Amino acid sequence: MSNAVLSVESITRLFRVGGLRTRGTLHAIDDVTFEVGASEIVALVGESGSGKSTIARVLAGLYPPSEGRILFEGQSVGRRPSRRVRGRMPMVFQDPFGSINPVLRVGHGIERALKLHRPELSGEQRHDAAVSLLERVGLLPGAEVLRRFPHELSGGQRQRLGFAQALASRPSLILADEPVSMLDVSIRIGLLNVMRDLRDREGVSILYITHDLASARYVADRMIVLYAGRIVETGRTEDVISHPQHPYTRLLMSTAPDPRLPLSDDASLTDLGEPPKVINPGPGCRFAPRCPLATDACRVATPRLRAVSTDQDVACFAVTGE
Amino acid sequence: MSLLHVHDLYVEYETPAGPARAVNGVSLDLDRGEFLAIVGESGCGKSTLLFAIAQLLSYPARMTGGVVQFDGLDLTALKPEELRRHRWRDVSVVMQSAMNALNPTLSIGAQLADVCRAHTEWDDRQIADRSAEVLSMVSIDPAHLKSYPFQLSGGMRQRAMIAMALLLEPKLVIMDEPTSALDVVAQRSLMRQIHALRERLGFSVLFVTHDMSVVSHFSDRLAVMYAGEVVELGSTRAVFDDPQHPYSVGLMDAFPSLLGDLKPLTGIPGNPPSLVEPPPGCLFAPRCPNATDACRTTRPELLSDDSRSVRCHLVHPLEVP
Repeated sequence: MSNAVLSVESITRLFRVGGLRTRGTLHAIDDVTFEVGASEIVALVGESGSGKSTIARVLAGLYPPSEGRILFEGQSVGRRPSRRVRGRMPMVFQDPFGSINPVLRVGHGIERALKLHRPELSGEQRHDAAVSLLERVGLLPGAEVLRRFPHELSGGQRQRLGFAQALASRPSLILADEPVSMLDVSIRIGLLNVMRDLRDREGVSILYITHDLASARYVADRMIVLYAGRIVETGRTEDVISHPQHPYTRLLMSTAPDPRLPLSDDASLTDLGEPPKVINPGPGCRFAPRCPLATDACRVATPRLRAVSTDQDVACFAVTGE
Repeated sequence: MSLLHVHDLYVEYETPAGPARAVNGVSLDLDRGEFLAIVGESGCGKSTLLFAIAQLLSYPARMTGGVVQFDGLDLTALKPEELRRHRWRDVSVVMQSAMNALNPTLSIGAQLADVCRAHTEWDDRQIADRSAEVLSMVSIDPAHLKSYPFQLSGGMRQRAMIAMALLLEPKLVIMDEPTSALDVVAQRSLMRQIHALRERLGFSVLFVTHDMSVVSHFSDRLAVMYAGEVVELGSTRAVFDDPQHPYSVGLMDAFPSLLGDLKPLTGIPGNPPSLVEPPPGCLFAPRCPNATDACRTTRPELLSDDSRSVRCHLVHPLEVP
């Protein structure tokens, strides 16, 4: 894809863990490669410990990758992204209560972002821009919301504010780290709709990080499934959801609670379901210990992502038949 | 006679703006061996209701009216010492966050033994045997009796909490969102385990959650709470297949599915009402797409027909005198 807004090339992030005798290296993400195109929502799906938030933090420049390269809008992002890059690729956080300063009015955060990233605006223009930003994420009437304090907003409204703040720097890509998981069910969908609107009306791309397959299906064009720091499957969302190929994706699909489905005899009967911490990993597929299809080959060599159809890649020997 | 009988229960929180009515006239009955799920969003009073049933409320919350009977025993009339004897033997509680509910400085075995010493006369041998037994019941190797909470994964900690709740074979286990901190696979596995244990041991479950899809396959009956009231109560399958209260309908339409065509969803616009100054009529009327004038002025009652109870004028129209 040549028009990619973001391309991530084999990034790895290691952390040192343990004390004197138990020292080890935690492979939070391992050789991860993917792209995000223009006006595209890509879902990064995985459970806790899959490395999905580590990817977001590496992209946001909170810490540099141990290996690999990140290209944003065609240019390599160095060890610390510049302010311009941070503005073009802002982040929306998971916790709407912890990520907004409670003692300052709503207007403060937005106008500050405008001041930093669009210094050419006059005070009046800045105010108008702030009102328009709030209204674009459904916070109406914008001029009134601007004067409120965060505690006067509900969780859903705060998360919309998070998106408005991110929009202030005219981004081409928003990193959204579980933006709806702390919201009530009836509020979530409204925010997912905001994300779709931003893509469709403003042409913004979004990297949507989530553990919830159903919401990924609702908003995302493409999907990347992570397990223990590695990509195990990627493809167009509908393809992955309707024909999941990797045994882990299948496990996720079968255990997603859905009242509309009958209770299937899924693997959770025997599988207690905990992704491993990857400390000093040896070779082999990381899902092999839990995998019903695992063979000896899976335990000695690491499967690479291979195309199983146009636009759907899977890292599994049993599926790709290598 | 039902195992648990809750009638017209009111709980208020004292706030600077005046009392906030978190539980507003809730009535429930739970049979022996039954699994009743209570679903609702944050602030609907579901956890407060559980705490009132377990008699665990503390300031600024206060029960201001109603009856809580367990096996014919009026819990509200018990003295603290009598309550202590009733707790754990009759009713145990599994808290939401095992991370916070387990003591990080004590081994799992020590915490199980602590419960036994407080509530039984067992000797060390009996305590050790029973502790190993309950851990095996929840698929944790008894070797973990020596482990500390930080050495267990999130799912194992939550299962250890359930093991602890089952120590004295209670008749009722109250669970406050025990799965909400877990990943989907672990969540499903825990729900299956709870279901299997209940079949085997025959205890009743009162299960609170904000995510109705979690209980969809496991609970016998489902109560939907909104702003301190039960707005719909019926068999789980029936409520899912044919929700009648507009709030239940909205909740059902609020989460996307993995199946079928992808259709745009809207959720439920607006926010729950203030519990300090609630609106005069139906508490859901301000957010209800079909609200009429009657809904805005007269509070609907929870009315039953067959096995379903619904609190809505649109389902049970007001009789005009």
